[in-house]
Amino acid sequence: MDTPKGSVAKTLMLVGFFAAAAAVLVAGSYELSHERIAANEREALLRNLYSVLDPDLRDRGLTPIQLTVTDRALLGSTAPTDVFVVATDDGRPEAVIFVSTAPDGYNAPIRLLVGLTPDGVLTGVRVLSHRETPGLGDAIELRKSDWILQFDGKRLGEPPEPLWAVDKDGGVFDALTGATVTPRAIVRAVRNTLVYFERHRDELFAAAREAAREARD
Amino acid sequence: MDEIRRTLNDGLWTSNPALVQLLGLCPLLAITTTAAYGFALGVATTAVLVVSNLVISAVRRALVPVVRIPLFVLIIASLVTCIDLLTNAFLHELHEVLGLFIPLIVTNCAILAQAETVASRRPVAISALSGFAAGLGFLIVLVALGALREIAGQGTLFAGAALLLGEDSDRFTIELPFDGVLAAVLPPGAFFGLAVLLAIRNLLVRERDPSRLPIAEEPATAAERTP
Repeated sequence: MDTPKGSVAKTLMLVGFFAAAAAVLVAGSYELSHERIAANEREALLRNLYSVLDPDLRDRGLTPIQLTVTDRALLGSTAPTDVFVVATDDGRPEAVIFVSTAPDGYNAPIRLLVGLTPDGVLTGVRVLSHRETPGLGDAIELRKSDWILQFDGKRLGEPPEPLWAVDKDGGVFDALTGATVTPRAIVRAVRNTLVYFERHRDELFAAAREAAREARD
Repeated sequence: MDEIRRTLNDGLWTSNPALVQLLGLCPLLAITTTAAYGFALGVATTAVLVVSNLVISAVRRALVPVVRIPLFVLIIASLVTCIDLLTNAFLHELHEVLGLFIPLIVTNCAILAQAETVASRRPVAISALSGFAAGLGFLIVLVALGALREIAGQGTLFAGAALLLGEDSDRFTIELPFDGVLAAVLPPGAFFGLAVLLAIRNLLVRERDPSRLPIAEEPATAAERTP
């Protein structure tokens, strides 16, 4: 590093050159990878879709009808949210699956699969993708702990509203040792999804019937 | 040949980033709750160290001393971002396991130290080897500390190792006949665990060569040791 003292302009040009090269490199990688990443996530979504349903439903070969809705406040994302209505051939809904987002994860939004019966009882919640701290917040993954299973069978009103929170905040859901933000974010996101479903149930089912009819014709 | 041996020895023992330079402690202390996590972070760090040393060494003649540190940071951060994106796209299975650890590497000053002391002065091949050795040295400490905390904290060893190797079984996990104390898993346990490892290393060094302490000594401690 015995470079002679260069002029300021020369140094600036060097920095500019490296910054431009880095920008090209990162942009290139993004360009090269973002479609594949989206496809990978899509594949993971479809692979895991039925994991949040009642086991009896999984094997009946029902086709999920895909809808998209947008509700930033309750579903956690400004982007359209995928909702799958699992219905019988004559259009009777058997289950609903939301791909909700918990926008207030510790490092990044957490994407969730939330499975419901048509009456709004939770049949399962799974984490699709997250960036929580390894060893602390990542216990929300089913393969690392069964924390996420405590939502099964819950619904709005059961537990009653003030208890829809982690135990640290006086609720019924276990917090995770060393990670408070993560469980809080997920509990809130699941509750908000239930609220959304309660408000829009009829619209969703009507839209699903419509889509199923169109697909048949 | 001698240089290769010396480079390896440096990274693994003489100036091990975690035990001697005490660098990269932020991810080191945060992640080592189990041996498997330590291993995952170690692998990701080693990969980044080798690539960043390669790139920085390749452009070392173009770097101007006054702006070298910002440029190192720029290069390392861009590389980590690219590695994160590309593994997510093309090695998705691996990314599901290691992906959480990759962003933590940007904060690892061991990488900056390698850039400053090795990659910006030495030829490409030696720099890459040095990065590999330092990464490996870091990995060994991560796994040791993770194992220590896992045994003391939850009475298991290699729990979750199956995840890293792409199997859903627990056949790698060794269950020990006690439950462990939570404190070992919590942050204080990380400091105690690292202290134990440092003490062991210091002991070994002193035994081999009583005349020197591994860590820069203050006059007072030197005086204490003289009978």
